[in-house]
Amino acid sequence: MKIGSFNLMSYRDLPEGFPQQYESVYVNIPSEIIDSQRMNRDYNASLDELEYADAMGFDLVGVNEHHSNGYGMMPSPNLMAAALARRTRESNLLVLGNSLALYNPPHRVAEEFAMLDCLSGGRLIAGFPVGTPMDTCYAYSTNPSELRDRYYEAHDLVMQAWTRPEMFSFHGRFNQERYVNITPRPLQSPHPPVWIPAGGSVETWNFCAKHEYVYCYLTHFGYLSGEQIIRGFWDEMKALGREPNPYQTGIVQYVGVAETRAEALDLYAEAAGYFFNNSLHTSPRWVSPPGYVTEETARKKIMSQVQEAARRAQLRTNAMDDFRGQTFEDMVDQGFVVIGSPDEVADKLREIATSQNVGNLLLMTQFGNMGTDLARYNIELIAKRVKPQIENLFADEWEHRWWPKPMAERAQPAELAR
Amino acid sequence: MSAPRERQLRVAGDVCRVWEKGEGEPLGVLPGLGGVPRWTPFLDALAERRRVVVLSLPGFPGSGAQHRELDGQLDWLAATLDLLEAAELAGCDLAAASVGGMLAADAAALAPGFVRRLVLAGSYGLYDASEAGENPFAVLPDDAVAVQSEEPERFGAAFDPPEDPEESAEWQLRQYRAAEAAARIVWPFGERGLAKRLHRIRVPVLLLWGERDRILPPGYAKRFASGLAGAVETKILAGAGHQVWIDRPEESAAAILEFLS
Repeated sequence: MKIGSFNLMSYRDLPEGFPQQYESVYVNIPSEIIDSQRMNRDYNASLDELEYADAMGFDLVGVNEHHSNGYGMMPSPNLMAAALARRTRESNLLVLGNSLALYNPPHRVAEEFAMLDCLSGGRLIAGFPVGTPMDTCYAYSTNPSELRDRYYEAHDLVMQAWTRPEMFSFHGRFNQERYVNITPRPLQSPHPPVWIPAGGSVETWNFCAKHEYVYCYLTHFGYLSGEQIIRGFWDEMKALGREPNPYQTGIVQYVGVAETRAEALDLYAEAAGYFFNNSLHTSPRWVSPPGYVTEETARKKIMSQVQEAARRAQLRTNAMDDFRGQTFEDMVDQGFVVIGSPDEVADKLREIATSQNVGNLLLMTQFGNMGTDLARYNIELIAKRVKPQIENLFADEWEHRWWPKPMAERAQPAELAR
Repeated sequence: MSAPRERQLRVAGDVCRVWEKGEGEPLGVLPGLGGVPRWTPFLDALAERRRVVVLSLPGFPGSGAQHRELDGQLDWLAATLDLLEAAELAGCDLAAASVGGMLAADAAALAPGFVRRLVLAGSYGLYDASEAGENPFAVLPDDAVAVQSEEPERFGAAFDPPEDPEESAEWQLRQYRAAEAAARIVWPFGERGLAKRLHRIRVPVLLLWGERDRILPPGYAKRFASGLAGAVETKILAGAGHQVWIDRPEESAAAILEFLS
């Protein structure tokens, strides 16, 4: 089992009463509430936390991409990954990822990921999300009806840019590039492992199964919301006759560890309340651009044929405000956050991994307005007292075929003389 | 209301529905947001005097889902011309609304002879940041009808799904597809360079607008009028929203029939 530390880089200082005073944390978030001096502190704090996770022995550290968003302050996760490439040593770098259709030309992603792979000595895991409607169709004005086809085409272009040794022409429907020849090519051969962050649409199951990519269910709402979604992926895999290698799936889980459950309830309540009640306050006007979900997904939704939990998860995405006013214990009961003593958390994570057959746990070790001290405490407890209990899970039975293959001897940053 | 006659035409790789009613000189109708999922009082009023031929472009109700193969204004314009031709409407009068208006205007500009006289109702095609209207694809659920129409009951009569659960599900899916097709045409601004081609529209044009059009406020009628080369009439209907044909069926039909008389 691989265990990562993931950080959304949420803005940590939304004003009191944000959901009552403002329409949305996403797309039309008012700029005056984001303090750029505060971001100097928070970007560095977030990087410190990820670097600490590396030092503590997490298998990977993860970042992702959002735009015009107060709970994800990384329009360019590649910049953060570049910083992490220099200051981390052993952890692999998961960029989950670059929303392919938003890059013009899309082979820019092939270039930047190749740079990161070389800089990190082959530690990169490349993520290719379609992107949320808020990021893609609103903040970036991509036509929702074209988005998915643009995504698939950009994927093909990036893969060719990585794997074809010669300069080539790409005559696509949306992208016409006469001369593609990226420098450098990625360090890992034939290319970095590809993980696909997914929000539950049925097409992504097939896309991951077909291309043999890791299917990562990205959710703020925990393992219970992912149960049916992950099962859908395994059903698709079975239908295609593929083996159920647990390393081909990942799931995001918010986690808070302390010496006891009571202490964890006390320590993490504020950050969870801040995140789930403030940070996720997204206006429904930005969630359903027509064409963003395919007709197949729309049909299933309309006909109520989607399995119950998948439908519930979708409703959650579309009505995040439903969570306002929930107590921390409600959130824990619903699985949004796994909390407890190290043993309790290890038991719960083992249960999640085995029941859903998930081999990559992406743990949100910092969330909301959690301060660095508490984040470090959480990271240290997970690394020292949770991870050792579960890291051998699956290791004897399955080969992780989606794990980076770094160089043995990698260049390290030189010490600076001051 | 009696049912219209229905034809299916193979156009732009799709099967496109054509509804017809009335006798006499043909009048093509190219609808806007939501298309024409069921026949309306506005179309009936037109059919009293003309043979009304209602076109459904790919993706719109009654047609298939080949809208996803149409990329950009040139593809949509070609599909529009193909459909006009297949429906034997080339050279006839054409009334178009909203997203349909944007395509009809380009048809008139770039294929002279295809459109004899043109009615544009709450038409997309121009954009001015100083009077940006609302985006119908970015509204709060409670405002989804109000952004298009000032007459929610009339709007509901035109667009609400039938009661039968299975029919209702299919209906909703068709309307989702229609919204996608419209978004595909106009996202994000409903402007594809028509301002540079407007002077090529030399046929008489009626600009029919809802006074309370929140998506394309009546100032857009003036912008169209100032750029057109031929005779222009403008009719702003008091109290009507973007779906002017839904909100004011009799007045809209009367204005169109008078313009074409």
